[in-house]
This record gives sequence, C-alpha cells and structure tokens, in this order.
Amino acid sequence: MYNFTFHRPTTVRQAAGLLARNPDGKLLAGGHSLLPVMKQRLAQPSALVDLSLVEGMTGVELKGRSVVIGAMTRHADVANSQVLKDVMPGLAAVPGSIGDPQVRNRGTIGGSIANNDPNADYPAACLGLGATIITNKRRIAADDFFTGMFSTALEEGEIIVKISFPVAKKCAYEKFKHPASGFALVGVFVSKRGPDIRVAVTGAGSNGVFRVKSFEEALKKRFSPKSIEGMSIPATGMNADIHASPEYRAHLVAVLARRALAKANA
Amino acid sequence: MSATGIGASVRRKEDFRFITGQGQYTDDVTRPGETRAVFVRSPHAHAKIRSIDVSAAKKMPGVIDVLTGAQLATDKIGNLICGWMIHSKDGSPMKMAAHPALASGKVNCVGDAVAVVIAETIAQGKDAAEKVKVDYEVLPAVVDPAKAQAKGAPQIHPDIVNNTIYQWHLGEKKDVDAAFAAAKHVTRLDIVNNRLVPNAMEPRAALADYDAGTDNLTLWNTSQNPHVARLVISAFIGMAPEHKLRVIAPDVGGGFGSKIFIYPEEVVCLWASRKVKRPVKWTSDRSEAFLTDAHGRDHVTHAEMALDANGKILALRAKTIANLGAYMSTFSSSVPTYLYATLLSGQYNIPSIYCEVDAVYTNTAPVDAYRGAGRPEATFVVERLVEVAARQMGIDPADLRRRNFITAFPHQTPVIMAYDAGDYNASLKKALEIADVKGFAKRKREAARHGKLRGLGYSTYIEACGIAPSQAVGSLGAGVGLWESAEVRVNPTGSVEVLTGSHAHGQGHETTFAQLVSERLGIPFENVSIVHGDTDKVQFGMGTYGSRSGAVGMSAIVKALDKIEIKAKKVAAFMLEAAEGDIEFKDGKFTVAGTDKSAAFGDVALNAYIAHKFTGAELEPGLKETSFYDPTNFTFPAGCHICELDVDIETGKVDIVNWTAVDDFGTIINPMIVEGQVHGGIAQGVGQALMEGAVYDKNGQLVTGSMMDYTMPRAHDLPSFHVGLTETKAPSNPLGMKGCGEAGAIASPAAVINAITDAIGTENIAMPATASAVWTALQKSQAPKAA
Ligand SMILES: Cc1cc2nc3c(=O)[nH]c(=O)nc-3n(C[C@H](O)[C@H](O)[C@H](O)COP(=O)(O)OP(=O)(O)OC[C@H]3O[C@@H](n4cnc5c(N)ncnc54)[C@H](O)[C@@H]3O)c2cc1C
Repeated sequence: MYNFTFHRPTTVRQAAGLLARNPDGKLLAGGHSLLPVMKQRLAQPSALVDLSLVEGMTGVELKGRSVVIGAMTRHADVANSQVLKDVMPGLAAVPGSIGDPQVRNRGTIGGSIANNDPNADYPAACLGLGATIITNKRRIAADDFFTGMFSTALEEGEIIVKISFPVAKKCAYEKFKHPASGFALVGVFVSKRGPDIRVAVTGAGSNGVFRVKSFEEALKKRFSPKSIEGMSIPATGMNADIHASPEYRAHLVAVLARRALAKANA
Repeated sequence: MSATGIGASVRRKEDFRFITGQGQYTDDVTRPGETRAVFVRSPHAHAKIRSIDVSAAKKMPGVIDVLTGAQLATDKIGNLICGWMIHSKDGSPMKMAAHPALASGKVNCVGDAVAVVIAETIAQGKDAAEKVKVDYEVLPAVVDPAKAQAKGAPQIHPDIVNNTIYQWHLGEKKDVDAAFAAAKHVTRLDIVNNRLVPNAMEPRAALADYDAGTDNLTLWNTSQNPHVARLVISAFIGMAPEHKLRVIAPDVGGGFGSKIFIYPEEVVCLWASRKVKRPVKWTSDRSEAFLTDAHGRDHVTHAEMALDANGKILALRAKTIANLGAYMSTFSSSVPTYLYATLLSGQYNIPSIYCEVDAVYTNTAPVDAYRGAGRPEATFVVERLVEVAARQMGIDPADLRRRNFITAFPHQTPVIMAYDAGDYNASLKKALEIADVKGFAKRKREAARHGKLRGLGYSTYIEACGIAPSQAVGSLGAGVGLWESAEVRVNPTGSVEVLTGSHAHGQGHETTFAQLVSERLGIPFENVSIVHGDTDKVQFGMGTYGSRSGAVGMSAIVKALDKIEIKAKKVAAFMLEAAEGDIEFKDGKFTVAGTDKSAAFGDVALNAYIAHKFTGAELEPGLKETSFYDPTNFTFPAGCHICELDVDIETGKVDIVNWTAVDDFGTIINPMIVEGQVHGGIAQGVGQALMEGAVYDKNGQLVTGSMMDYTMPRAHDLPSFHVGLTETKAPSNPLGMKGCGEAGAIASPAAVINAITDAIGTENIAMPATASAVWTALQKSQAPKAA
C-alpha cells in the first residue's frame, strides 16, 4: 500500500468538500473492494475520505411504497432488516448471498453500487427493481446508472447517499456462485410491480449488468417460469474466461431466470 | 487401553495455542534490528535479462542494500539442487539445469526472483523494488508439458535438448506388449492430472540472523524438514559449514509437501543477513505463494489396460509426460518415477506393467511433491482404467475389482513394490455396506425425480508410505537416507522429553507421540513433551512427508524407549537390591519378580541422576537414550472410498451427497486425529477433482493467481464423511503402523470422477470437473434422460 492522508468527515457536505480538495482522493466505505487493490498497489489514492462517521447514511426504512437504504448500510444489516424481510424478502436475500460474514459485516450497498463490479450482486437488484440512486447532487434511475464494467453515471466527487427501491409484490434473486470468488458467475433478479416486469442479469454480460427484454416481454402474459420455457438468450456479448464459456453463461441466465420466477411465486 | 494411551482419541495438546492465536510461527519471531527482504520478480515467463539497474532503488528511503544474482555468483553461493538422481532408459543421468537463488542472465518463469531489496520496512522495500530497472528481452514461452518436447518449442535451458530432463521407464515392455496382443479386451484412456497450487494456510517465510561475533547463522523457516534444509544449504549451497548453521522450523501452518523443499528465498535471506550484518526477514504474501510455492501433479498420460474375457487384468501400460516446471525442485525427479510408476499395480494382481515417463521443463513454477506425491497420479490412472474397463465389459465395477484383488501376502508386483500385508476384500465389503450400495438404484430413481443425475464411483487405492528403507531408496537414486531418529530424555523428576526428527505442521505429533510414551512408560500423558524442529536440539532427522512420522518416526521412539527400559531396569536393580534379570516393568512400576518390592518410574529416574545406589564403575548415571531407526520396507495403507453424488442436469453442478471411506492404516494411535487426516485428505482430493487447477496462459502468465480465480474447496462443498476402518498390521515396523496423512488425497479424485462419469454416462471427463465442464460434457453425451 502507498501512503495516503486519511479524513473522517461527519457530514456529506464535508465529505464532498474534501473530495473537491483532493482530486486524487477516494471515498472509503466498507473498504472491501478498495483496500485489496490498494494493498496490491494497483490503486494509489492520495487521500481517503472515510464515510463511516457521516450522519444519516445508514439504515433501512419503509417510506411510502419504497424501501430506502442508506449508502453506508452494511450488507449484514440489510440482509437482517426486519422491515425489508417483511415487505421484500427477495431483496433481503441479495446482500445475504454476498461473500462471507466478514465481508457482509463491512461491505456496504453504496460501495457495491459505486464500484459496479460486473459480478456483484446489488447491481442486479437495483436494475431488477428499477431503483433510484440518490446522490448529494441528484437522483439517478438504475437504468441510467450502470454504464458498463466498473463504470457508473457518477461524476467526479459525487456521493451516493441512499438508494430507494420501489416495493415489488413479487421478486426474487437466484445466484449461481463463481466457484472461486463466490461472486455471481451469473445472477438473475426478477420482479413484478403492477405492469412493470423486470429481469436483470449480473455476472454474465461483458458489459456488466443488463436487462433481458425478451424474457420481460414474454412474462407480461403470465409471471411464471412456464412463460419463458424453452427461451434462451444469445451467447454473444457474454463473458468468456476459464470459469465459464459464453454459451454456459447464456444458458445459466435462462435456467436461473426460471428458478427465480418460481421462487418469486412461491 | 488407558484414557491417554494408544487407541484413545485424546484432544490435541497443541490446539490450545493454535486456536488462541499463541502459536509461534516464523513470522512471529522477531530479532533486534530486523530488516525486511522484498523480492523483485520477473513479470515474464521467459526472457533474457539485458541489464539490471539498482542505482535508483539504492537511494530510496530505508534501503540498506539491493542485491542481484551477479553478486550471488561472486560470493560463490551455490545453486539449488534436486536430490534424487534418475537415469534415463539409455542409462544417461537426468539433466539438471542450474537453479541460482537469484536469476542471472535469464528468467524462466513468472515470479523468478531477479533482485532483492533489503529495507527497514516492507513498505520501503516495496517502494524501492519498483525502482529496480530490469531490461528484459522477452522470449516465447512453453507451458504445456505435452508441447515442451516438440520441435521448435522454446528452449528453456541452453544445454537441455527438447526441454527433456529424463526419459525413464519401469517394467518389461516385451511382456506387456505380448499380453496386450493376446488380450480379449483393451481399455484406453487419456488422462490429465491437473496442476495444483498447495496453498498452505501459513505462507512460506524465512528469518536469517547472522551473528558476526561467533560467525554463526541462524535460520527460522517454514520447513517440514529443517535438518535436510541445513544439510543442503550447507553442503550444496555452501552458505556455511553445517556446525555454523542452525535451522529452526517453529510452528508451521500446513505444508502438504510444499515446505519440504529448499527455496531461493531462504538462501537469499541467509546470504543477505551476512552481507548487511543484520537479521533479514521475508514472509511470502499470497500472490507470491501462488507464483513461487512448488506446485503439484501436472501429468499428461496415455494409459491402457488389457483384460481377458473374464475381466482378469493381464497387463497395464502407461506413457506419462511430467511437467517439472522451470527448475528442478528438491525432490521433483522422484515424484513422477519411483513414487508413481511403482504404484501402478494398485490393489490388483497384474502380471506385467510397463511405464514410460518423460520429465520436461516448462516456463512455469517448479512442480514437486504435494500430498500423495505420485501416488494420487498412479491411483487415478489405475482406478479410472478399472472402472472404465468394467463398464465397457458390462461387469459390475466392484466385482471386477474383486476378481483382481491381491489376496496372498507378501506379494511382489512387477513394479518394484513388495506388498507385505492387506485385506482388500475386507475394506471393499465394509465400504459397500456403509455406503448402502444395495440401495443405490432406488436413490438414483428418487434423485431423477428432482432433476438430478445420481452417480456412484469407487476408488480402491493403495499407497506406499513411510518411504524406506534407506538402502532401498539409495539404490533408486535418493541422495539421502530415509530413517528417523529419536532421543528420549528422562528428567530426574520422571517427566520425559522426546526429541524427534519428525516435524509437525498440523499433524498433532505433540499429542500422538506423547500417547505412545505415556502408554509405554506408564506415566501421565501430561508429563511428556515432544521437541522438534530445531537443529540445535534434535541432532538429525529426516522430517515429515510421505505419511512417515508414525511408521518411521514413532518407531524410532519405540526403539529408544526399549533402551530406556533396559537402562532403568539396571538402576531399579541397584535400588531394589535384586538381580537385573529379576526386574519386571509394567504400568510404570519396576518390581522384583515374585515379590512385592517395587519402585515407581519417577523414583528410578531420580536414582538414575543422583546415582547414590551404584558406583560409576557399575553403571553410568543418567537416563537418556537415542535411536536411529530404519524400517525394513515401505508400508502399504490401502482402502476403499465410495463417492455418491448428484449432477444438476440444468447447471452441471455436482453435489456430493455421500462419502464412504474405509481405510486400513494398521495400528492407530489416536482415532480422532486419524479421522481428521482422512477428512482433510478427502477435501483436498475433492478439490482436485471438482475445483482446483492452476492455469497458465500461453505466455506463461498464471491466470489462477489468487483466491478469486483459483478455487479451493470450502466446508460447504463437502458432505459429512462416513469413515470406517479395517486393520492389518504393518509387519515392517514395531508398532504395525502404516500412515494416514495422504490416503484421502490419493483415493478421492478417482472416486469423484468415476461417480460423475457414472452419472452422466460419459467415459471420461477432465479434472477439475467444474459445473461448466460437466454441463459442456452433458451437451455432448447422448441426450441424458433424468427419468
Ligand atoms: C472476499 C470478498 C468476497 C466478496 N464477495 C462478494 C459477493 O459475493 N458479491 C458481491 O456483490 N460483492 C462481493 N464482495 C464485494 C463487497 O460486497 C464489497 O464490500 C463491495 O463491492 C464494495 O463495498 P464497500 O463498502 O466495501 O466499498 P469500498 O471498497 O469502500 O469502496 C468501493 C468503491 O466505491 C466507492 N464508494 C464507496 N462508497 C461510496 C459512496 N457512498 N458514493 C460514491 N462512491 C462510493 C469507493 O470510493 C470505491 O471506489 C466481496 C468482497 C470480498 C473482499
């Protein structure tokens, strides 16, 4: 790890100010994506702006017909939130599937989304529920937020403060774990909120999280695994590496979508 | 049986300190004025070094020195060596290339060390290491052993043609060819035994401390055999005379073979400590471990088995190419030869066997012994062939095995080994019962209703452990003897210290060895300490690998204890005023036969030291005895593992639902520890079969260089194991022990692959059989039907 200065602001404003003054600085949330790359000397931020003492950035709340989660809420706290388990257990299952207890007790939803790892779980939930990412500057629809592998619509110095998830009556996440890392080799989040049907896929695409419009279309008739029986998606655009071929990933998308649908209807 | 004697599941003494974080590992040892070594490593698999410029690095803060291979050569530090000579078919000796501790002129694998920075802190060392300028001329690389000998393949070491180290063979080719010509049935298989990264929990480390006052060097290192390390570093590398070098391997957190070997980093730390006159420490990080720990396996084999119409095996032949990596590691040459081909008879009566092995250099990390070392590769060849042959011939796989089992002992195989004891029918029978193989068909139908293809696979394995005797291994090329030493020191208060040449790095010797002493001397288990891992305390020893600590190491203790009894009886005779021949020793008490006159062990110990009851002319004071024990044969643990698993038809994911292991380890000292060894071994074997596999790309970059890409087995990947035992005593050592450390890893890969191929109806599938690989195989096999 290279040397850096360390800051601990207590408000979002202060944090934004510190970032402005340290153009090579980085926000620090749970540190579970950032610190490993710093330790390997692959990242060299001049300053870290730690968000852990910033007020108003944690907690899971039901606000009207949405669940609002503070960006600094740890994966374990989201997974165990009674509010969330009551209204949308399908979303609570997402952080419950992340890493191991250590990772879940440190990692945060804001950090995960800002990082947009192509194999991360939360992006599928955000896109699969049509969440809104609320920053210190604006509100960004999930459909516009994830712009590619490790890239998002966030601007320099922009801070995610909370994420708002509309409550869907039916939703579920099905994850096929990457054998080594435990991230999603493929993960599929499905939801139905009135007429709005979403099928979002993480892990598989070479461009990060994406929606499967053909499945969504087919599910309009009936939100059931039967409706997409025999359907598949093309292997083009899927990731290829030593762990899975594009064909296998494409195949898993269909399998997991059917399983997620069965779970959502259970 | 006492509560702490032989056969008791005593809790491990050493676990308190390990579990409470109070173990003393090499990295925990600190010396005043300690510096840190940071290695500059090659990012290329194969390149010429045009120049190395260390001037900028030397000026960095906290830097004490920056050293290179050129200085190593000037200081006449010798090359690392491989200590087992193998001769090719044509009689020529193996071709060992130079292996300097710091590369000079050329790098041959990613991670090859080209320079070392000695700095006050690791961070300063890393900053400086980035300033070392190495000008490389990158050369094409070869990583695949099957391509290393090809015409036009990159030439790795200048004088070693076709990258071929040796072309060795064993057995009678003529007999085998004749048997094949006459055979009714021939089964053929192409097998890749995948390359594994050992990943001991504690990474390798070294701390070297040069004492300018005495000219003594001390090395703390993560070694499975500190005495052999001292011998090699002294006699071959020429670091210091043996009596001026002390090697201490304190608590060591796992080795699995990878810590048997002498590595460049410990040599460099010793050399650097003498140069900078300060202690020098290096602890590998996980990324370095992936790149530089000696890997395991990596065989490419074509194997064939000839059978008659009744399923009787007539002959076996195999041609193997073994990848030894960029340099020959300490025992690398022996693994694909005498630890491999000699086990190709399995548990079967096979009249003739012929095996050819070519060992090759590639631009990859060195490959050497890894849990099982050669024997997992042999078992995989034999057990896959037997299983496939049975299926092709329509014979039940258990039955085909039974028809070919060796049932009379001793049995001389055509490949050197003389099996001395075993009962293969017994372990198969017991395993069939425990695994409820009778009920399998029903379970398979039930699984099919849930979209699962269920499969069953056997592995009736054999291994040769407790590698010995010295004369025999010497005749096969070993550079060392393979006996073990023990020194039993009885203190005046009757407590006992045992100094052993075995080395514990997870095996629980402090417990099992104490159980043996407690039982033999009739003294409390708590009164026994086991001392190991320090060349200043233990005179000499051969260390721990090849499941040898029980059969060889404990046998040495038995021999020393016998001598203790003889001497103690003499002391007791003087105390009890009786003839030496009338003294009986039982349950910790010396008694004059036929009387009630007796002395407790502790009293006799005290009298041995105060020496009031005898003169120096009559008896030497003290009670301490030593033994160097050389067994009469290898030991032959064997058994039967049965794996039952489900394949998810839609995803190819394999779930092991049932595992049965019935092993014959001879005498067992601590059943709980033995069971733990079996569990760990199976986990490693399942890891190899389903998950693990080191992958290099064609440029020689390690693609699986971290836990994010290299899959290690996790607890949830494994079922609860059903472990059973059968017992035939090993006749070659006084305890009748055979060894249990490697069995699980040797037996299990074949059981898993036999079960998967049974489930999906293919003949073969490569390891690791990941979900994606199984799914791909399912797409190719004839439309599988679940129901
Ligand atoms: C062993 C291990 C296993 C894991 N397994 C999984 C898994 O199975 N599934 C999965 O999805 N993830 C997994 N992760 C990743 C984990 O969930 C991380 O915690 C997460 O990706 C990043 O969150 P963090 O809070 O740790 O962020 P940090 O590492 O602190 O930050 C990540 C990035 O986001 C930026 N950032 C942080 N907070 C904000 C904010 N509020 N606004 C703007 N930018 C911000 C940081 O500057 C940094 O660039 C794993 C990680 C580890 C170490």
